[in-house]
Amino acid sequence: MSRDTALVSTQWVEDNLDNPAIVVIEVDEDTTSYDRGHIRNAIKLDWTTDLQDQVRRDFVNKEQFEALMSARGVGNDHTVVLYGGNNNWFAAYAYWYFKLYGHQDVKLVDGGRKKWELDSRELTADVPTRATTSYVAQDQDLSLRAFRDEVVSVLGKQNLVDVRSPDEYAGRLMAPAHLPQEQAQRAGHIPTASNVPWSKAANDDGTFRSDAELLELYTEAGVDWDKDTIAYCRIGERSSHTWFVLKELLEQPNVKNYDGSWTEYGSLVGVPVALGDEPGEL
Amino acid sequence: MCGAVEGGVSLAGVNLAKEAVIQGRVLRGGEPVGTAYVRLLDRTGEFTAEVPTSPEGEFRFFAADGAWTLRTLAPQADVVDTPVTAAVGTIAEVTISI
Repeated sequence: MSRDTALVSTQWVEDNLDNPAIVVIEVDEDTTSYDRGHIRNAIKLDWTTDLQDQVRRDFVNKEQFEALMSARGVGNDHTVVLYGGNNNWFAAYAYWYFKLYGHQDVKLVDGGRKKWELDSRELTADVPTRATTSYVAQDQDLSLRAFRDEVVSVLGKQNLVDVRSPDEYAGRLMAPAHLPQEQAQRAGHIPTASNVPWSKAANDDGTFRSDAELLELYTEAGVDWDKDTIAYCRIGERSSHTWFVLKELLEQPNVKNYDGSWTEYGSLVGVPVALGDEPGEL
Repeated sequence: MCGAVEGGVSLAGVNLAKEAVIQGRVLRGGEPVGTAYVRLLDRTGEFTAEVPTSPEGEFRFFAADGAWTLRTLAPQADVVDTPVTAAVGTIAEVTISI
């Protein structure tokens, strides 16, 4: 993957609205956003109900994902084009999710819904109908997904990138500031993790910065390009955005997203936690 | 969840004694702007959060004690930066004209 294959512009999307080979999908943190207006012919995935198991804290399994894609009319040969609000947080999460289940051709709309709106491009309330498919997913590609035991075992040996805001990293905030702050887990970050807020990878309009700027950003933050990398945030969506940057735009070979992220790590008993603006030591 | 709902999360059920709320409206010529994005930047200018405005032009953040900046983006408008000070237990009300 590279910028040329993983990313498309809002203009490209507008030029391809009636292309039968692509399926445009909106994935928003505000799951009602689509219902108020969306890109013409786009369908919706609800990350809370469609992509999450409704009992355990985990994703839907392979069979459930196959059933979901088949019902929504997404085929294995379709080019899936993802966009969403809040600078593509959840669209990037869905991108990572599609890759996890082995979908070949996935693209992210540079800037997402915000760029589309700031461009004053058309939104519609019309919901398209799509013919069902017989989608076949692959087993989860666990080279893309980190779990807590792995995170604890690689402390000090691999790059950990905490992509939350500096105040969340330091422990001064518990959650993104558009949410109430009272939370169950401890504040702080995983010791040795660099803090590279996801937002530093994006311009104000939500588009990604250039490859040269991105390389400099992570290099200056202390990312060792000879080591594997795990990205995390609070619940795994913002770190999908950074995973996308490191894996798909900068083409780093071994990058995982720790979707358990701080809500899991900050609730673990007995693990090391660092407070303040510095990475901290083990 | 991590939802940046239009206008910001409702205050219903939120313990305001423990929150440093920043909220307000975005106006153009006195009329509410429902298509704006308001970003909350920390004291160093780093992004902390962003919400799309509600149809009434409203936004809301849950910050911490200290100095913050609201950066407002909207179609066909220049970017507007507005300083604001937040404190736990209070609601800082801000009106932004673009």
